[in-house]
Amino acid sequence: MVKKTACGALQIWGEMPPLIRVSVVFLGLILLISLGADLLAPYDYRSQDLLNRLAPPAFLGGDWAHPLGTDQLGRDLLSRLIYATRFSILVAFLGTCIGAVLGTGLGFLAARTRGLGEETIMMFVDFQASLPFMLLALAVLAFMGDSFILFILLMGVYGWEVFARLSRGMVLSAVSDEYALAVRMLGGSSWRVYAMHVLPNIFAGLMVQFTLNFPQTILLETSLSFLGLGIKPPLTSLGQMLGAGRSHILYAWWISVFPGLVIFLTTLSFSIFGDWVRDRLDPTLRGERGAVNR
Amino acid sequence: MIGRYVLVKVARSLLTLWLIVTFSFVVLATTGDPLDALVGDDAPQEVIDQYAQRYGFDRPLHEQYFKYLKAVATFDFGISYSDETPVADLILEALPKTLQLGLTSLVGGLLLGVGLGVLAAVKRNTAVDRFVMGFAVFGFSIPNFFFGILLILLFSLQLRLLPSAGSDSLAHLILPAVTLGTSMAGAFARFTRSAVLEVLGKTYMHAAHARGIAARARLFRHALPNAAIPLVTILGLRLGDVVAGAIVTESVFAWPGLGRLLVNAVSARELAVVMGTLIFAATSIILANLTVDLLYGWIDPRMRSSRRV
Repeated sequence: MVKKTACGALQIWGEMPPLIRVSVVFLGLILLISLGADLLAPYDYRSQDLLNRLAPPAFLGGDWAHPLGTDQLGRDLLSRLIYATRFSILVAFLGTCIGAVLGTGLGFLAARTRGLGEETIMMFVDFQASLPFMLLALAVLAFMGDSFILFILLMGVYGWEVFARLSRGMVLSAVSDEYALAVRMLGGSSWRVYAMHVLPNIFAGLMVQFTLNFPQTILLETSLSFLGLGIKPPLTSLGQMLGAGRSHILYAWWISVFPGLVIFLTTLSFSIFGDWVRDRLDPTLRGERGAVNR
Repeated sequence: MIGRYVLVKVARSLLTLWLIVTFSFVVLATTGDPLDALVGDDAPQEVIDQYAQRYGFDRPLHEQYFKYLKAVATFDFGISYSDETPVADLILEALPKTLQLGLTSLVGGLLLGVGLGVLAAVKRNTAVDRFVMGFAVFGFSIPNFFFGILLILLFSLQLRLLPSAGSDSLAHLILPAVTLGTSMAGAFARFTRSAVLEVLGKTYMHAAHARGIAARARLFRHALPNAAIPLVTILGLRLGDVVAGAIVTESVFAWPGLGRLLVNAVSARELAVVMGTLIFAATSIILANLTVDLLYGWIDPRMRSSRRV
């Protein structure tokens, strides 16, 4: 079984265009950094060294004790970058998970209930889709204050409507498929059909949506933290680092440029990879692309 | 039938607006006492009462709610509790700046994006196509706040060509407009390319070719008008992104528009200003989407006939 999975992974790797491979490797690196932050970071991300402020990175003539230099409080930038990556990935991951579960659940509910319940859920879907979430997020942040948990919940509310719309559509088409009808005829309850048969069948589609929503959530978190309204010190995130480094940009550009690069490359890799997976899984899109490339 | 279509769209927009206004009223009514912010802690009771009476805080909630609905409908969003400026004045002051930045980048992004997209579609699978698509991916992937900072680093700090903050002259407009315009151009280029490619594969294009119509005429008279239809939709849907992008971009370049007004108000917990700006921005977006929906039926005759069936 293990051998089989390994073979499958190798085969998929073989089918990847070079660009996709680069993004996958980069994403793997980001994952490793996020998981192993405690082992990788040379310093505590909060420990200050006021005598050694704004030290330049090693490649600009700085000391190798701080390979990426230090910030305005003398904190090691490499360590901060590693922890900021972990926080940003963690917040985006939790947020996207909450959104996926919430949205998929409501999508199933809408498909199951039909009628007024469905109308209400879809009304909220349309409501959220019609406005930029950034606006709503700012309005909510204005009154709910500095709560880390609430901030993650807010990230979770972002993007649920995409999952709701997607899963409702997929469920509606899946329940009329023959396999679902067969289970119903054999006496399976409708919840059994949903949980045991329809969900596994639409799971791949939901996963693709997850990889496409994830970078969007990273961008939302980093934007809000950049504006000073998301993750706040003493915690850090890539956006928070970038926003805080902005006031020192005149003499220490590296403080803001490194986190910016990590955000850019991570979201870019995710989008490239997500697009590729979607095209692979969706035979109709593949057909279109084939026709276009003719 | 077209009357029904319009009616449903209008009803939906009104419903969304009502949700926003109600949300905003609930927020304003439930979070803290605005009197604290207005008069301070040690004010004598008669002063508090006077203020409460002046702004109607002493009335029952449902009465305040209807008063609020009525006020919002007449473009009255209350006052900023820090200095008692009407929120509507703050919005009107910031609006021209936002329009200036937004329209400049929208027009620039649209021209550049559509031009590049058509070019990529016509020269598909060539180096030109790959270059354009590379630019497009860069444009819509790079976060506005990071791109803006890179531009400031290069053009303001290194080359000392352009100002990095403020809005005093046209030179101040360049960097924020480039930041916002690039992300739009990227999205438009990608979308235009696929729209044009789809049209180019249609039978009527082959028919036009067979009839001996020159390549240029085929492109401009047959392909582009048809590809423009989906582009109008995306233009409407993108407007929300423009607003969201403007919030960040205006903050990066200290551009005194609605986005910065909103961000500053959120930081300072100026709820009346936040909610007023939210309602105003939401209304603009909803109206724009409604216009696009209605335009769509007008531009594409097939929409009208299919609706009649």
